Amino acid sequence: MKQLILGNEAVARGLYEAGCSFVSSYPGTPSTEITEAVAKYPEVYAEWAPNEKVAMEAAFGASLAGRRSFCGMKHVGLNVAADPLFTISYTGVNAGMVIGVADDAGMHSSQNEQDSRHYAMAAKIPMLEPSDSAEALAFTKLAYRISEEFDTPVLVKMCTRVSHSQSVVETGEREEAVKAYETNIPKYVMMPGNAKRRHPVVEERTKKLTAYAETAQINRIEPGRSNAYGFITSSTSYQYIKEVMGDTYPVMKLGMIWPMPVEKLRSFAASVDTLVVVEELDGFIEAHCKNLGIDCIGKEKFSCIDELSQNLVADALQITREQGVKLEDAVPPRPPVMCAGCPHRGLFYTLKKNKITVLGDIGCYTLGAVAPLNAVDSVICMGASVSGLHGFLKSQQGAMDGKTVAVIGDSTFMHSGITGLVNMAYNESNSTVIIVDNSITGMTGHQQNPTTGYNLKGDPCAKIDLETLCKAVGIRRVRVIDPYDLTQCDQVIKEELAANEPSVIISRRPCALLKYVKHKKSLTVDSEKCVGCKACMRIGCPAISIADGKAKVDNTLCVGCGVCQQLCKLGALNAAEEG
Amino acid sequence: METKNVMIVGVGGQGSLLASKLLGRLLLNRGYDIKVSEVHGMSQRGGSVVTYVRFGDKVYSPVIDKGQADYIVSFELLEAARWTEYLKPGGKIITNTQQINPMPVIIGAMEYPEKLLEKMAAAGMDVDAMDALALAEQAGSSKAVNLVLMGRLSKYFDIPEEEWLAAIEESVPAKFLEMNKKAFSLGLNA
Repeated sequence: MKQLILGNEAVARGLYEAGCSFVSSYPGTPSTEITEAVAKYPEVYAEWAPNEKVAMEAAFGASLAGRRSFCGMKHVGLNVAADPLFTISYTGVNAGMVIGVADDAGMHSSQNEQDSRHYAMAAKIPMLEPSDSAEALAFTKLAYRISEEFDTPVLVKMCTRVSHSQSVVETGEREEAVKAYETNIPKYVMMPGNAKRRHPVVEERTKKLTAYAETAQINRIEPGRSNAYGFITSSTSYQYIKEVMGDTYPVMKLGMIWPMPVEKLRSFAASVDTLVVVEELDGFIEAHCKNLGIDCIGKEKFSCIDELSQNLVADALQITREQGVKLEDAVPPRPPVMCAGCPHRGLFYTLKKNKITVLGDIGCYTLGAVAPLNAVDSVICMGASVSGLHGFLKSQQGAMDGKTVAVIGDSTFMHSGITGLVNMAYNESNSTVIIVDNSITGMTGHQQNPTTGYNLKGDPCAKIDLETLCKAVGIRRVRVIDPYDLTQCDQVIKEELAANEPSVIISRRPCALLKYVKHKKSLTVDSEKCVGCKACMRIGCPAISIADGKAKVDNTLCVGCGVCQQLCKLGALNAAEEG
Repeated sequence: METKNVMIVGVGGQGSLLASKLLGRLLLNRGYDIKVSEVHGMSQRGGSVVTYVRFGDKVYSPVIDKGQADYIVSFELLEAARWTEYLKPGGKIITNTQQINPMPVIIGAMEYPEKLLEKMAAAGMDVDAMDALALAEQAGSSKAVNLVLMGRLSKYFDIPEEEWLAAIEESVPAKFLEMNKKAFSLGLNA
């Protein structure tokens, strides 16, 4: 049946059809929907793991046990899972194991735009790179055949424009694939003696995969009408070059981006006058060509920064195109903001008011860094707020104590904040960590996590108690606050910063967008009392603006959280009568 | 058929996903090759959002670039102004006249530009503007702005109305069907 589905949903369909029966992932834009979609098939067990390393190791365990397995993550998640990745390359697999990684060129929702293809080369693992949903489905199924035939995990590399674009696919039937578990100590116990014998196996495997790449149908050459130019490309870059050039010049499309063929590249290069490599982010194919002594044009024409597009490709190739008209007016940007009623707002307001240095983390609360709050001083990666705070304070030998905190979300804390907290307790820094517990993984679109009490399928499950957990690692001072209550926030933060030992404050209130959260009616402005002082606007709530010199509350946005009310000394903001 | 390009732009949370789902359904039923591209994640938090819908005999790129949109359907006036450069010469802008202030305007750092419709017209753009929010409320829900605008878009497509209605039936929950059909009709006939 023909369907119009997201690239991520197509990967999920491929997993289903390939007989994959175990999926463990950590959410991360743009990879999240793979796992959400596959969880809808009853034949597939799917879970959210606390982080990508756990997910990959769980997927390896399933493969070892004889079940086709998958783990999915965003590009930076693969950094977290890099440790098992490099060694699973040595052990190989029992049943097929596929790792989905989604890059985010253009950083639509990421802290960097690293190019995951380097991991395939570094870990010596084959990587397939689909360019639309139909290929995402087909390549995912092929990945399992390659995994089992060549005894290797296989990476399937997505990117924002493939993951989050819908295109037409033809779906097929599921084929079950099950293997028996057999003990094999030399293959699966990677201590030095065994690993030394496995490394040559890996090198031999890469040679075999390179031979496969020479004839694999997914590395195809599309003929052109002229051989003046020839293009080598992959993924979404293929779509851009075809959009611009059609079938004017031959195009070599690499569906397997690692290992790359050698003879096929050489013969294609020899068949055209000028060889051009079109690829997003780094010059990965280009470097490989140049290593082989193949002369080509690449990154001197196409930037390694940001996404490509058909216009960028056309411009680089000096092809004229139609121009649109830009208005002369300055159009104000519309950056993402914390939602009306967001529980993070009151907390960041309090931190800003008290001039506290904040080491932040990855999640919606990163938006505490934008105007008018401007309340976050650093954000690096998942968990870095907690470990960074320890180093920040310890190195200052007490000079910054009482003025600096870490802010981390519930899901991010479980992902990799907990190890930083262990370090803080163990090596005794006088730190205060604020866990903003909104009872969900918010940024990626409401995924469950170990602190929510529900699993990926939405069924009730064990719930990690954050207070008990923090106390168990050695933090004696653990307080809980309601971020809607500014007085309480202010008081508890001051007390914990003044304490002469590490502490944790749990700022707890569910995300305002959760369906079960009951909202109050919109506030109203008493225009007799309002003098237009803008005190209520210091929290940066999108529901409040100034019109005709008075505060105005947008009743389609306001959820009656009452944080702004606490800032109005004139009592001009009123709660609506309930009922 | 040469590839046609429709951009759906608005503010995160305005319901543009249903509009692109409906378009996708309609065009899939007609047997076109289609690509629908959207961005999830950070941009949903009240930020500017854009969805690209492309259809024809064979569609390559999933995105629409500057100077290429046959239609820009905007859920908010400022967003229409933001994306004008993406309009193909001779293309059409269909926009809701509703104004939603972005944060730089809320905090007083910038002004919401005035007379945007006049300025777009003066720049030679073909603009079809309507108070889609009022029509949506008339249909029964302020959330039906998406169907009002799709109704308006349908006026310019050479596709029979019954095919649109069939696609609506396949895209919205049964209990909201009548309201959505009414919103579509109000947009079409406004």
